[in-house]
Amino acid sequence: MSTSMQHIENHITTGIPLSQNPKLAARNVDVFYGDKQAIFDVSLDIGANEVIALIGPSGCGKSTFLRTLNRMNDTIDICKIKGEILLDDENIYGADVDTVPLRARVGMVFQKPNPFPKSIYDNVAYGPRIHGLAQSRVELDETVEKSLQRAGLWNEVKDRLHAPGTGLSGGQQQRLCIARTIAVDPEVILMDEPCSALDPIATAKIEELIDELREKYTIAIVTHSMQQAARVSQRTAYFHLGQLIEVNPTKQVFTTPQHELTEAYITGRFG
Amino acid sequence: MDMNFNQHISQQFNADLQDIRNQMLAMGGLVQRQVADSIEAICTGNTSSADKIIQREDDVDAMEINIDRECTHILVRRQPAASDLRMVLAVSRVVRDLERMGDEAAKIAIHALEVANGNQAGSKMCNQSIRHMGNAVIEMISEALDAFARHDIEGAINVVRSDKMVDEQYASAIRELSTYMMEDPRSIGQAINILWILRAIERIGDHARNICEQVIYLVSGADVRHSSLSEMEEQAQIDPQANT
Amino acid sequence: MTDSKTTNSNTLTESKNMKPTQLTTRQKVELSLSRRRAAETRFRMYGMASVFFGMLCLVVLFTDIASKGTAAFKQTSLKTEIFLDSSYLGLTKDSKVDEVRFANFEGLIKRQFAKNFKPSGRKETRELFKLISPGASWQIQEALLANPEVLDTTISIELLMDDDVDQWFKHDRDLSTDETNDRLSTKQLSWLNNWVEEGRLDTHFNTLFFTNGDSREPELAGIHGAIKGTLLTLMVTLLLSFPIGVAAAIYLEEFAPRNRMTEIVEININNLAAVPSIIFGLLGMAIFINVFGVSRSTPLLGGLVLTLMTLPTIIISARAAIKSVPPSIREAAYGLGASKNQVVFHHVLPLAMPGMLTGTILGMAQALGETAPLLMIGMVAFVVDVPGFINDPSTVLPVQIFLWSDSPERAFMERTSGAILVLLSFLVLMNTTAVILRRRLERRW
Repeated sequence: MSTSMQHIENHITTGIPLSQNPKLAARNVDVFYGDKQAIFDVSLDIGANEVIALIGPSGCGKSTFLRTLNRMNDTIDICKIKGEILLDDENIYGADVDTVPLRARVGMVFQKPNPFPKSIYDNVAYGPRIHGLAQSRVELDETVEKSLQRAGLWNEVKDRLHAPGTGLSGGQQQRLCIARTIAVDPEVILMDEPCSALDPIATAKIEELIDELREKYTIAIVTHSMQQAARVSQRTAYFHLGQLIEVNPTKQVFTTPQHELTEAYITGRFG
Repeated sequence: MDMNFNQHISQQFNADLQDIRNQMLAMGGLVQRQVADSIEAICTGNTSSADKIIQREDDVDAMEINIDRECTHILVRRQPAASDLRMVLAVSRVVRDLERMGDEAAKIAIHALEVANGNQAGSKMCNQSIRHMGNAVIEMISEALDAFARHDIEGAINVVRSDKMVDEQYASAIRELSTYMMEDPRSIGQAINILWILRAIERIGDHARNICEQVIYLVSGADVRHSSLSEMEEQAQIDPQANT
Repeated sequence: MTDSKTTNSNTLTESKNMKPTQLTTRQKVELSLSRRRAAETRFRMYGMASVFFGMLCLVVLFTDIASKGTAAFKQTSLKTEIFLDSSYLGLTKDSKVDEVRFANFEGLIKRQFAKNFKPSGRKETRELFKLISPGASWQIQEALLANPEVLDTTISIELLMDDDVDQWFKHDRDLSTDETNDRLSTKQLSWLNNWVEEGRLDTHFNTLFFTNGDSREPELAGIHGAIKGTLLTLMVTLLLSFPIGVAAAIYLEEFAPRNRMTEIVEININNLAAVPSIIFGLLGMAIFINVFGVSRSTPLLGGLVLTLMTLPTIIISARAAIKSVPPSIREAAYGLGASKNQVVFHHVLPLAMPGMLTGTILGMAQALGETAPLLMIGMVAFVVDVPGFINDPSTVLPVQIFLWSDSPERAFMERTSGAILVLLSFLVLMNTTAVILRRRLERRW
C-alpha cells in the first residue's frame, strides 16, 4: 500500500469543486505547520445554505482545512497559510481583517463538547455579551431562548437555565455548544466531527438538527463516518494526504465516485 | 498510476463479496446446463435428461434464496458503498434472472416429457429454429456470465446485440409457424406447443440481456434497464473510472 | 505432556516440582503470585515504617517544644495591697496623664514592701526589691490611669514578679534550698515560701506575652511587636507579590512570544526559586537600602525583600495553574469570537485562580518563616515599640525567636519555645486554609 502514501503530481480536483455565488470560496490554499506542508493547493467553494461534508482518512488535512475557514489556525504559532479564502467575496486573510468579528460570522463546534464551566444561560449568553448583541436583559433572555430552541435543547433545560452546563449529558452538551454558536447569529457553522464522542441516539438528534439548521446557515462538517456524510450533506469533498481529490454531489460520491482514490476510501480498501 | 486497491482492509468483507460472486457464477453455470439439456431434450426426444432437469430445478431455486440472503447480510453488516454496493445489488438482480431462466428451462423439459409420453404430438416443425435459437441463447448465457466475471462492458453489449438477433429469429419462427397453421389446421395443436417452446427460449434470451444490463450497471453505474441498444452503447462510453 | 484436565488438579507444590515447560500459564501465574505478594507486602511495610518514623520524630519535636513552651503562657505574680499615697506620688485626681507617667511608683512600691516585709540591712532590702519586676510600677500606673478615683486608696493588685521568681515558682519549688540555683538567696527563698504558703504567689495566664513588645526583662517580653511586624510584612509581601506574580505568569504563558529572550527569562525565574534566601537579603541591602533609601528594619523593606523571594514560587505555581486549563475551553472561547484578552481574563484566569491562590498561600507560609534575609536587612535590631505601620522599625516573629534563643536567661528559653508554638500554629493555619480553599474552589470541567 506504500504507493497510496504519495502525492499526486499536479492534481486537479475531480468533480465540481467550484460553484456559482459561493458563500465561502477557498482559492489555492496551502497550509504549513513549520516546514511540513499539510494542505496542498486546495480550491473549494461552499454554497450558501448547503451542507458540505469533508471526508478522508486520518491525517488527510480535513480538520486543518476546516480550521482555516475561520482562522482558528491563527492560535497555533507555527501554522502558516498561503492562498485566499473569501467570505462573501472578501478575503478573510487580508491584511486588516479582525478575527474577532470573523469568528462571530463563522462559528465552530468541536469534536468534544466543551461548554464553559458556567450556567447554561451564561454559556449561551457569553457570545452575545462580548459582541454587544443584546441591549438589555430582556433581549438577552430572548436570544438565549431562541438559540436553545433552534438547537433543540430548550424543552429539556428551560427550567434549569442556571444549572451548570457541564452537568448535562454528552449529547445535550454538544447541543448546548451548538446553541452557543448560534447565539451570535453566524452565517456559517463549521463542525469538526461533532458526533464522534456521542452515542447513536444523540448522534441522530444532532444530524436531525443539522438538517433543520440548513435553512438558515451554511454548514461544513468534517466526519469520519461515511454513513453520516451520506446522510447529512448535499456535497461531499474527499481529501487525501492534504490534497482535494474529488468534490461531487453526495449521492454520486457514494454510489459512483469518479476518482479511484475516493472509491478505494469509501469502499474500505484503505483508510 | 499503479495503485492496487483490490483488497479490502477487512478480509472477511473480501471473502463475503467473493463468495456471493462465486455462488452466482456457479448458479449461472448450473442454469446454463439446464438450458442446454432442455434444448437437447426437445430436439432429440431424450427424456432421461428431462427428468434430471426438473429435479435440479429445486437446486436452482435454493441457490437463489441462499445468495439473496447472503446479499442481505452483506448490506446489513457492511453498508457497502460505490462499487461494492453496485456489486451486491447487481448480484441480487442477476440471481433473479437466472432463477427465471431455470424456470423456463424446466418448462421446456416438462414439454419434452409430455411429447415423449405421447400426451403431446411431437413435431419436426421449426426444429431448425429451435436449435438455432437454443444455441444462440446458450452462447448468450455463457457470454453474459463471462462479461460479469470480467467486468466487460463490450462483451455485455455484444450479448444485447445477440438478443436482438434472437428476437428477430423468434419473429421469423412465429411467421413460419403461422404458415404451417394456415396450411393445415390440424397442426395447430402441435404448432401451439412449438410456440410455447419458442417463447420460453426467447424469454431466456431476454433474461440474459437483463444480466448484461446489470453488468453495465456494475461497471459504469449507469442504469440501462428499459434503454434501447443505441442508448446503452452511448452510456457505456462514459466510464467513470477514466481519470488522468 | 499432561492434558488440561489433570493439570488443574495438581497442587501448587507439585507444580513447583515440575519443569517450567510442563506448566500451564495459569500455574505459572499462581507460582509467581506468592513472590509478588511478598514484594508488595515488603513495600507496604517499608512505607508504614517510614511514616511511623516520621510521625515519631514529629511527636518528639512537638512534645519537646510544647513542654518547654507552654510554661511561657503562665506568669507568676504576687497578690498584694498597695496604698496609693497621693502626697508621695505628688498627684491629684485631676493630674494630667504626663504627670502620672512620671510619678515615682517604683519608690512607692519599694517603701510599702520594705514596711511590710521588714528586710534587715541593705543587702536584704536590695534582695527584696529584686524580687519585684520593673513592670510592677507600670501596672500601678495603668491602674491609676484607668480609674483616678483609686488615688489615696488601697488597691489589691497582682504585682508582676521578676523572672527569677517566675522560673523558681514554675520549675524549682520542689527542690530543697541547697539545690536551687544561686540566683535566689536563702532570705529571698524564705520570703517566697512564705508567700506561697499564704497563697499569694501564683501564676496566671500571661497576657503580656501577647500584648507587649520585646523587652530586656523576660517577664515583660512579648511577641506583640513581632506579630504585628510579621503581619505588616506579610501584607506588604502579599500586596506586591500576588499581582506581580500573577501578571508575570499570565504574560509568560499567554502573551510572550516564543523566542530566545522569553526562554532566558523563564530559565532564570525557575532558577531563582532555588536561590538561598540570604542572597535576597543582600540584594535588599544593596538596592533598597543603598539605592532607594528605604529605611532599615521596616515591614516595607522586609516586604520588598520577601516579595523578591516568593515571586518565583508564585510565578511557577501560577504558570502551572494556567497550563492546566484545558485547551478546549480556550478554543471554545476563540471560536465564539473572543479576543485574546477576553479568553485570558474571562476563562483562563478564573479557572486557574484556585491553583494560583494555593501557590500564593504556600508562598506566604514560606515567607512567614524566613529569617536569613530579614537579618541581613537589619531586622535583628532590638525593637521594643510595636510598629504602627509599614515604615516603622519592627521585627518579625522568626527573628524574634532567633534573638531570644541567644539570651542566656532561662525565662527567655521558654519564651523562645512559646513563640515557636505561635509561629507553628500560624503555619498550620495558613496551610489548612490553602487546602480548604483549593477544595472549595475546584471546579469540574
